[in-house]
Amino acid sequence: MPNSQSTPGIAAGRLESQAYQDNFTDLHPRLDDHEALVAADRCYFCHDAPCMEACPTTIDIPLFIRQIATGTAESAAMTILNQNILGGMCARVCPTETLCEEVCVRETAEGKPVEIGRLQRYATDTVMGAHPFTRAAATGKTIAVVGAGPAGLSAAHRLAMHGHDVVMYDARSKAGGLNEFGIASYKSVDGFATREVDWLLSIGGITVKLGQALGNGLQLDELSKRYDAVFLAIGLTGVNALRCDGEDKDGVLDAVDFIEELRQSSDLNTLPVGRHVVVIGGGMTAVDAAVQAKLLGAEDVSLVYRRGRDRMNASPFEQDLAASKGVRIITHAAPKAVHGNGAVAEIEFAYTQDGPDGLTETGETFRLKADQVMKAIGQRLGDANGLDLDGNKIAVTDTGRTSRNGVWAGGDCASGGDDLTVTAVAEGRDAAQDIHATLMGG
Amino acid sequence: MADLHSTFLGIDSPNPFWLASAPPTDKEYNVRRAFEAGWGGVVWKTLGEAGPPVVNVNGPRYGAIFGADRRLLGLNNIELITDRPLEVNLEEITRVKRDYPDHAVIVSLMVPCEEEPWRKILNEVELTGADGVELNFGCPHGMAERGMGAAVGQVPEYIEMVTGWVKKHSNLPCIVKLTPNISNILMPAEAALRGGADAVSLINTINSITSVNLDAMSPEPMIDGMGTHGGYCGPAVKPIAMNMVAEIARNKATSGLPISAIGGVTTWRDAAEFMALGAANVQVCTAAMTYGFKVVQEMISGLSQWMDEKGHTSTADFVGLATPNVTDWQHLNLDHVTKAVINQDDCIKCGRCFAACEDTSHQAIEMSDDRTFTVKEDECVACNLCVNVCPVESCITMRTLEPGEVDERTGMIIPETKRTWLQHPNNPSADPNMCIVRGQ
Repeated sequence: MPNSQSTPGIAAGRLESQAYQDNFTDLHPRLDDHEALVAADRCYFCHDAPCMEACPTTIDIPLFIRQIATGTAESAAMTILNQNILGGMCARVCPTETLCEEVCVRETAEGKPVEIGRLQRYATDTVMGAHPFTRAAATGKTIAVVGAGPAGLSAAHRLAMHGHDVVMYDARSKAGGLNEFGIASYKSVDGFATREVDWLLSIGGITVKLGQALGNGLQLDELSKRYDAVFLAIGLTGVNALRCDGEDKDGVLDAVDFIEELRQSSDLNTLPVGRHVVVIGGGMTAVDAAVQAKLLGAEDVSLVYRRGRDRMNASPFEQDLAASKGVRIITHAAPKAVHGNGAVAEIEFAYTQDGPDGLTETGETFRLKADQVMKAIGQRLGDANGLDLDGNKIAVTDTGRTSRNGVWAGGDCASGGDDLTVTAVAEGRDAAQDIHATLMGG
Repeated sequence: MADLHSTFLGIDSPNPFWLASAPPTDKEYNVRRAFEAGWGGVVWKTLGEAGPPVVNVNGPRYGAIFGADRRLLGLNNIELITDRPLEVNLEEITRVKRDYPDHAVIVSLMVPCEEEPWRKILNEVELTGADGVELNFGCPHGMAERGMGAAVGQVPEYIEMVTGWVKKHSNLPCIVKLTPNISNILMPAEAALRGGADAVSLINTINSITSVNLDAMSPEPMIDGMGTHGGYCGPAVKPIAMNMVAEIARNKATSGLPISAIGGVTTWRDAAEFMALGAANVQVCTAAMTYGFKVVQEMISGLSQWMDEKGHTSTADFVGLATPNVTDWQHLNLDHVTKAVINQDDCIKCGRCFAACEDTSHQAIEMSDDRTFTVKEDECVACNLCVNVCPVESCITMRTLEPGEVDERTGMIIPETKRTWLQHPNNPSADPNMCIVRGQ
């Protein structure tokens, strides 16, 4: 008998084949020409526009929307990509509702912002064929970029554009970082992350070396000696633990691993998922894992967060998305123990409350059935390689300089900014500019 | 609900909204449906003399310009007068007028500039029972090249001559439709009056090229790689038409000459504005061509509501009420001082007022770090640009300074009296020692 949503335990193929296609289709499909013109017409071309200020990469949004409105989407794309070479991915994954669109004056006026994210996608999609940037004359300098995620890709592209050679390392088998491995599948369909990386690399001058990481074939001292500069974009490789009993039972996994496996799966029908899934955490990763578990056919999925909804890192849009897909969001509950005989069967939570002493347990507990428990309670830096820290991250200046001469860092591993793709792109770009200026004596 | 009944040259219609001579009034099928939809009258699309029918282009006839959301703001056409046989039109006009005795049916005419063709066609039109004729002296393309339309309307002597023939050979009320493609609208209007016209209607369409095809390098509408100027109409021409209507209404020689206003009437408010400037009724084309005949229903309900609110019981009540307030610049009160005021509750902080004022005007708006925009009264000249570029209606308004208040920009105390350019000390004909410079 084929599996269904109510098949006990962890099982693959809970849905009809067609359902996987339907469930994992593009969350925000590309606007067609007419839709784009209508959407672009709504932009007021604000002075010193709030949306532009809210964008971590400071894209000139009113200008690119005006370029769309006047029939030059390719020019619009260049306005975007000059500031943010991963403008295509950012158009898909940016939490625009908490960035540009949140401050759009039409949000103020009518509660409906200009659809900036979708317009950005409309524009950038027009230039994803031939690479539109060219390299400056060769400088003879070579820079190591460690980590081929958004920050690393952004830095590598900018450095290559300035005429430097770049050697980019990544621990995984594919470049792209979290774009490739760490975001929900329905935000980047049809292999977009891979296509975007290929398109970006086609500027030339960037050599990609996979399967190598700091501490695994690479040493920072060695890189510093061998290259004219080093840019670290190593991300956060450690996953925070629940720190509760039974965490080692079968069926308890890291949400990032679940998402990675799903993103790399060529046949979702073969990907197992629990009948009862509990995701612990309140950020984007938690939502991405919970929603995808539901879309894979889990009978019930609960997303449990220890504080209130207002404290969740996932935006209200993401929370609503989860709810609309059937994810039950439970707040003010902290994991106490994972129960089960070898494999998880239930997870026990304590209710919490906010008070003058911070978050405390009320003393009341409850249990949820669980065949799978996904941990999404944050990630942390792996090895800092002897660099100074700011909190839990590599301490950097505004332009990404670390405590070590000749070594820059950016993206999630470095201090400053939110852990967002767009922030990583900005940090990579700005570090590259500083590296270029430093190496060229500018 | 106010009574919208309208009488123009003794011709009754249930409301002052007529369809102008144009494609919507080219045939019985359209006109019947227009009347059923609520239009008060029609000016039947221009008839020419009997003979081989007019030939139109078979490529695009229209070009357009658009506002946001592809709202059609201006339409241009290179269509000619009716291309249907004269006898067919005359039969249809007869049937329609018979079935709609309470609606106005005016017939637009354009025949060669000779007395006999005019006499002949007038006789035929009289037999239809139509209420009047409108002389098409305005179409700027095609027919003008053959000595008709605007070719007549641009020569006052011809207007007077042809109008004279029409009045000589027909008892029908005669409306002369004027072209705006002249330097002074009063000259053709006065010529029409001299010729015996009972009324004028204006404006006909404006010479125009709406767009250029940058691949073919041809004006559009493009016919096989070439284009010609067409006649421009729609909301974009309303300001030009209103000025011309007002000029005729306030001109001594032509004041009192009934006016049927044409030019971008799209809503009840447009109609009320034209009528306030002196038009007795309005003719509409582009709004119907854009939205269909139903659009008249908003015009009817809107004008009626406004009349009720203002206490007008007849459409004649407000005709010309604004005419006395149309004047020359030299009669404007130069001591009337206003200042822009930004309503902070309505402001959505787009900053367009700031950009406009800072970059292109008088640097009279301040922008704070938190995007609060305030007017610097000591710099504001009350140009109104901020009001015009603000996307929120009534967010920025103009406050009039009361007598006794100080204009912070000039230091002038607002006087009780008014002073126009004619009394102003800076007028070269005044005492040069009295000349005022800023800050005095």
